[in-house]
Amino acid sequence: MSQKELLKINNLKQYFPIKGGVFGRTVNNVKAVDDVTFTIYEGETVSVVGESGCGKSTTGRAILRLDEPTAGEVEFDGTNVLGLNKKDMRKMRKDMQIIFQDPYASLNPRQTVRQTLVEAMDIQNVVPKKDRANRVSELMETVGLQPHQADRFPHEFSGGQRQRIGIARALSVDPKLIICDEAVSALDVSIQAQVLNLLKKFQDEMNLTYLFIAHDLGVVRHISDRIIVMYLGKIVEIGDKKSIFNNPQHPYTKALLSAIPVPDPDKKTERIFLQGDVPSPIDPPSGCRFHTRCPFATEKCVEETPELRDEDYMDGGHQAACHYIREIESGEHKPTRDTSKVRQV
Amino acid sequence: MTTFIIRRLLQLIPVLIGVTILVFSLMHLTPGNPAMILAGENAPDATVQAIEQRLGLNDPLPIQYFNFLADAIRLDFGVSMRDNLPVADHVMPRFWVTLELAIYSTIFSIFLGLIAGIVSAVRQYTISDISIMIVALFGLSMPNFWLGLMLIQYFSINLGWFDPTGWGSPNQLVLPIITLGTAGAAIIARMTRSSMLDVIQQDYIRTARAKGVRERYVVYKHALKNALIPVVTVIGLQFGALLAGTVLTETVFAINGMGRLLIDSIQARDFPVVQACVLIIAVIFVLVNLIVDISYRLLNKRIDLD
Amino acid sequence: MKQEENILEVKDLRTSFFIEGEEVKAVDGVTFDVPKGQTLGIVGESGSGKSISALSILQLIGHPGKIVGGEINFKGENLLDFSEKQIRQIRGNKISMIFQEPMTSLNPTYTVGQQIREALKIHQGLGKQKGTDKAIELLELVGIPSPQKRVTQYPFELSGGMRQRVMIAMALACNPELLIADEPTTALDVTIQAQILELIKELQQEIGMSVIMITHDLGVVAETCDYVAVMYCGKVVEYADVRTLFKNPRHPYTVGLLNSLPRSDVDQEELIPIKGTVPPPHDMPEGCRFAPRCPFATDLCHNHLPELKDVGDGEQIRCWIYTDEWDGDPEVKVYEPERTSENK
Repeated sequence: MSQKELLKINNLKQYFPIKGGVFGRTVNNVKAVDDVTFTIYEGETVSVVGESGCGKSTTGRAILRLDEPTAGEVEFDGTNVLGLNKKDMRKMRKDMQIIFQDPYASLNPRQTVRQTLVEAMDIQNVVPKKDRANRVSELMETVGLQPHQADRFPHEFSGGQRQRIGIARALSVDPKLIICDEAVSALDVSIQAQVLNLLKKFQDEMNLTYLFIAHDLGVVRHISDRIIVMYLGKIVEIGDKKSIFNNPQHPYTKALLSAIPVPDPDKKTERIFLQGDVPSPIDPPSGCRFHTRCPFATEKCVEETPELRDEDYMDGGHQAACHYIREIESGEHKPTRDTSKVRQV
Repeated sequence: MTTFIIRRLLQLIPVLIGVTILVFSLMHLTPGNPAMILAGENAPDATVQAIEQRLGLNDPLPIQYFNFLADAIRLDFGVSMRDNLPVADHVMPRFWVTLELAIYSTIFSIFLGLIAGIVSAVRQYTISDISIMIVALFGLSMPNFWLGLMLIQYFSINLGWFDPTGWGSPNQLVLPIITLGTAGAAIIARMTRSSMLDVIQQDYIRTARAKGVRERYVVYKHALKNALIPVVTVIGLQFGALLAGTVLTETVFAINGMGRLLIDSIQARDFPVVQACVLIIAVIFVLVNLIVDISYRLLNKRIDLD
Repeated sequence: MKQEENILEVKDLRTSFFIEGEEVKAVDGVTFDVPKGQTLGIVGESGSGKSISALSILQLIGHPGKIVGGEINFKGENLLDFSEKQIRQIRGNKISMIFQEPMTSLNPTYTVGQQIREALKIHQGLGKQKGTDKAIELLELVGIPSPQKRVTQYPFELSGGMRQRVMIAMALACNPELLIADEPTTALDVTIQAQILELIKELQQEIGMSVIMITHDLGVVAETCDYVAVMYCGKVVEYADVRTLFKNPRHPYTVGLLNSLPRSDVDQEELIPIKGTVPPPHDMPEGCRFAPRCPFATDLCHNHLPELKDVGDGEQIRCWIYTDEWDGDPEVKVYEPERTSENK
């Protein structure tokens, strides 16, 4: 990839302290994001996937400094984001927008859509005052709403329409990067498809870059160029969409992909059932964090933390954090215990 | 749970120190020299000095405060300015009367308030609900001295059922308890109703019904226990407020309780007694709050997670 | 196919909500059968009335909702003729239900054991000791580790997946003949969803119960159901066996759903969304409810409501295209399989 690096995340950590005991001291930390490193190139869509508690949303929030990260570096378009003061950070947010899962909660109920959009433009001072009315109409049309609807309040719209307003607001300041935090998760499929198509269209037209945070792997497969799989605050696998979906290397990714119910009653899939729940991020397992549920775990996995790495047969920047990538692939390393069962569905 | 109780007890220390400082300052913030007040307006300087000496009023303030604190812990608040009898002798008998009155009234409020609230919630928007809520609104808005006077007029004078004054025999208890407990009952009824209406919408109530649980048990077993959680707080606050708010009721019914003692002592500038009363009320208030917090935890196991 | 015995037959069920004097028809003439020992999926988007239909079966609709018509025949008896007491004896006993939100569907102030014991006490008169033994047995059955310990725990001490297992244990306590699962895995992570769906399937085979699976997820339908009813705006628009529904969907709405679904198992060039939005319940179109969003709608569709009609092989469709009255293109192709086929 020879594209321009737009967002670089280095060793990002986000710990949330837990208070306790008689004196309410910090007794422990929730290690929501623990040493995460990745790069996003201009114009691409990178999805972060994983189950609840894996740290995907926390990562998005930390990048925008909605929660101040505990440690690490965030470099956007050559600027060190974490070093910016409040004023410069506000300016920076013009280029980095976010769309949330629940558009209703993120829109001011007492402002009309027009006021919301104008306010966004006002704060970032992107469009000359006299052109703003036109720009609002233009934005409304872009996201598939009627310009006259701009004078309505958020509660007068349906869920899908509100998400369009959320998108319009994000677009109003001409951002370079949009973080979509479960942006289509609450929508019904017929509406979800409308919004996904819209997002794709804008990406082509405006050369937008998306960091797409989602748990629905169907959506992720449709929208992404590259995929990051997270488990308990760490990246377990990263790679382009084709490699991840067609050739997953990490046992967790394999289990995750195999667990998705497929809308085709004739399709036979090997399903890997993971036993038990995701452990608590307060005291994550030692070594590889997946070892408590992994069918292939050994002593080494309990003791040594695997780093992201590739094997010569993996291409396109595809990396996985597992000690036994090659051995599992070749069938040399067999499941070590019966914590999972493989079954024809 | 133990950690929680220990932590709450430790948190009481600064609160109680604050209260004692306030109470202690009463003496020193009031205009004039306490010794002079004690000695009387026309007492000779020598008498005043003697009193100052005896009370340690010449010591630095912090030392005076610590002496006060040490005495207060032993329930020794000195002597009354009016009759030189130990303050405890004045306060304690009166305190028991007021405590009794407050406890009975609270029990009355809880009993009446819960029943009214539950009925109201279960029969939302029916005549019973609307009537209960109207009565509750009256109960809440009516000054209790006026309610007391009306009760005396009707039940004592017109019907002759209850004694209009005093405290002790059963037919002396009824009217003051109603007078003092009505506002609390109204608040508890309203709180119970809204809390029940909230709980009855919850998913786990639907689960209970889906199990085949009878409607009566759905209400009393599944809903009430959860609905009571916020009500407990209100009950605790009510009890504290009652303890300090018995003055008017005690006056109306000529009950020799602490409320009246407090008012009388303020008027007589009997500071040691005032100090003792205020301190006792404050301590009880703080303790009740502690008990509320603990019972809140017992009811709502989730908070124990910290 | 139709010769099978049906454990449940719902006919023309109508459930309305009366809000400020206005009637909102949430379930508007719903008809479906649940064959014995099989799983019926009810699929639809929010507002389709699928959950209300399920709650109506056990008459768990509270004020201001009311069942205003229809029949719910369970093993030949119409549940709507039952007294309150009779229906209570069915609930949690012959027909059980599990819900979408495992986090809020258990009472926070009682232990897991107490909550499971309750159903056993009501329907089987089991005392505390026997009830606890049975509760532990049930927790073991649904795959909860160290059940002796779990039985004394409160719901907040369990994860979402564990709570849904407890809900299932509770629902299975009295060996129900029909389990209604209302979006049982929607709130759960996908690896946990796989566990729970597998558990329901295994238990179904073991106990021989029938299941109604209410979901918005077509993947869940394909994997767990034998028959499917697709609902839109309070009505069933298509009823078919699961293979027919996915291989040869006929109602334009079903086709629309499949075309707009982003899939994790194949690469798709584009999603084809259904245009527009679901009409608000107080402003339903006069004709076919789907007509304003349907690419094939004609005047007939806009003005007249089609009936749910048998089209052979046990399949039922509510659409003018499959009737003699159809006034549009007689060669219309509602479903083109190549659109969603794999184009790697």
